[in-house]
Amino acid sequence: MSTTEKTYKVPTMADMAASGEEPEILFWVGCAGSFDDRYKRVTIAFVRILNHVGIKFAVLGPEEACTGDPARRAGNEFLFQMQAMSNIQVLNGYNVKKIVTACPHCFNTLKNEYPELGGNYEVIHHSQFLQGLINEGRVKVKDGQPFKGRRITFHDSCYLGRANKVYEAPRDVLAALDADLVEMKRVRANGLCCGAGGGQYFKEPEPGKKDVNVERVEEALSTGADTIAVACPFCMTMMSDGVKNKNREDSVRVFDISELIAQGQGL
Amino acid sequence: MEIIQQILFVVALGATGWYIAKRVRLIAQAIKLGRPENRYDHPDERLKTMLLVAFGQKKMFTNLLVGIMHFVIYAGFLIVNLEVLEIILDGILGTHRLFAPYITPIYPILIDVFELLAVGVLTVCVIFLCRRFIAKVPRFQQERHREMTRWPRTDAAIILTAEILLMIAFLTWNASDSVLRDRGVGHYAELKGIVPDFLISQFLKPLFSGFSDTGLIVYERTAWWLHILGILSFAIYVTYSKHLHIALGFPNVYFSDLQPKGEMQNMPEITKEVQLALGLPVTTEADGSQANDNGDQPPAEIGRFGAKDVQDLKWINLMNAYSCTECGRCTSACPANITGKKLSPRKIMMDTRDRLEEIQDGWKTNGFDYKDDKSLLNDYITAEELNACTTCQACVNACPININPLDIILQLRRYRVMEESDAPASWNAMFSNIENNMAPWKFSPSDRFNWADQVND
Ligand code: SF4
Ligand code: SF4
Repeated sequence: MSTTEKTYKVPTMADMAASGEEPEILFWVGCAGSFDDRYKRVTIAFVRILNHVGIKFAVLGPEEACTGDPARRAGNEFLFQMQAMSNIQVLNGYNVKKIVTACPHCFNTLKNEYPELGGNYEVIHHSQFLQGLINEGRVKVKDGQPFKGRRITFHDSCYLGRANKVYEAPRDVLAALDADLVEMKRVRANGLCCGAGGGQYFKEPEPGKKDVNVERVEEALSTGADTIAVACPFCMTMMSDGVKNKNREDSVRVFDISELIAQGQGL
Repeated sequence: MEIIQQILFVVALGATGWYIAKRVRLIAQAIKLGRPENRYDHPDERLKTMLLVAFGQKKMFTNLLVGIMHFVIYAGFLIVNLEVLEIILDGILGTHRLFAPYITPIYPILIDVFELLAVGVLTVCVIFLCRRFIAKVPRFQQERHREMTRWPRTDAAIILTAEILLMIAFLTWNASDSVLRDRGVGHYAELKGIVPDFLISQFLKPLFSGFSDTGLIVYERTAWWLHILGILSFAIYVTYSKHLHIALGFPNVYFSDLQPKGEMQNMPEITKEVQLALGLPVTTEADGSQANDNGDQPPAEIGRFGAKDVQDLKWINLMNAYSCTECGRCTSACPANITGKKLSPRKIMMDTRDRLEEIQDGWKTNGFDYKDDKSLLNDYITAEELNACTTCQACVNACPININPLDIILQLRRYRVMEESDAPASWNAMFSNIENNMAPWKFSPSDRFNWADQVND
């Protein structure tokens, strides 16, 4: 890294508190965003955008813990509430008001399920956040970018779409890329799951004719798109695996919407 | 002769009323087996949902053509009830077209509308039969869906055929009645000049031109009786059939979930335990009420964690089961089912109702404290089905009457995991990772922030 290049910073809540500051937003990274090698790149892309637009943000860093979503949906309510209440203690301790996250599962849990346990925050998914930046003109994709004329299809995440009715934000973000957005047969409220939710990601699927992600990728490929855009870490893995299963990894790529925006901005 | 008909009619009507009341009580009793849950909040929003989804049939119109066809049957059903009112009064009072002289100008218009609807219903029922049994719409076929066994398919065929017969009886009854009036036979003559020919049945009159007067009267009476007895038997039959949705669909939608689809219901009884474990002040009692420190109340009894049988589910889950139309829209949207897994949300609902009916049968022979050693979990719904659910809510979204099959699946999962410790091994590994590493994977929590080292690469 040369010194003339911009350096990106990732302040933690602890740092902020130590210097008596409060960030505008807390970026909730999530387990996949912290540990999954592929999804770490999404986290980084989003952090670069946050730096680029000069928003005062912070992360919890080592103080963050799993929201408990997979445990709850698999049936382990004890474990979920243990996680939730410890997280709420940390968040309330820092007086957090506004949270942005790239993971629809964290988004849903923080937004809909934490309030009953004493955690009340304004929770925004990164697609909504990016949509806001684009609408305000704070993020502009440069003209003549590689996206022009490229076919992109968007895979709705169940926990963003059906669960919380966020359908347009990610599409608006993609529209800013000036690409050729093509829709699959089952979209929005009728979107087909990637197959990972409800704890499925953490075990082998039950026997059947095929895996859910393969079915979904077949549908995505039939649109003729060369890019499958996702807005969820689990969809990311499931779609990528499906593309590999179809031996199309050379011609078709899976990206998170924030990666596409970061690319479009040359970040 | 007249009076005998009236007596027979009153007896038939009374018997039907008595039997239906008995059925309703039994079904209500079964729904009350479920755990209490307050679904009386936000009446405005609930009413609005009911008007849109139940009265307005909003979700049926996702497929426009099917939506329109279903709407014809639905409107026909609602409006023909007006005609049934007259028929019932005629039956009791021994009158003939009681309303006609009083509402002379609009009477024929009303009957014309009924006749039009009757033709509509007839046509749609024929199309629906063809869809099921000739065009073989996949979601109704047993080869694709093991819950579509003989009975559900027969049930559908019986109802559609019955509706067709009822409509034919209604139309030919009007036709034979008109011919009798034209000929000025007996009391039929009284309506001359008051009641004209009707929109559709006028074309059926030639069918009866060869009948003698007596033959006509016999036909007219038979059609009238067939029509009304058909309706009464139908009303009884409905309480045993998937067609209970024509009544329960409305309350079922009124009481449906209002929270976001992705929100899983909290378990307050666990909140208390966790607060104690974490050394936090206890804010909730097991029943969800605010904790009081007076200590003068005994702690609420904690039942099972999660659901093993219908008694552990909420009453709304049980009402859902009785309301389910077995249309399979949930199952056709289910990713697990689409890719050949055993899970079918329709089957979850049908199993729940079957289990309730099994208990009902037990009540009949052994009284209301009847118990058996079966349960919804395992005897009806297997772990394999439960484990296949991705909690994607496609089923919840697809259901035209806002049934939530996912809610039942999740409660059964809770029982398996928390009471039976019977989760798949890899889920247990995920649980212990979360417990020990604060993430579902086996990474050290201290490495959680390592990604930040790469932001400037
Ligand atoms: S929530 Fe479960 S049962 Fe319902 S459609 Fe999704 S996978 Fe199927
Ligand atoms: S649950 Fe709803 S969608 Fe599924 S079969 Fe029953 S009525 Fe149809």
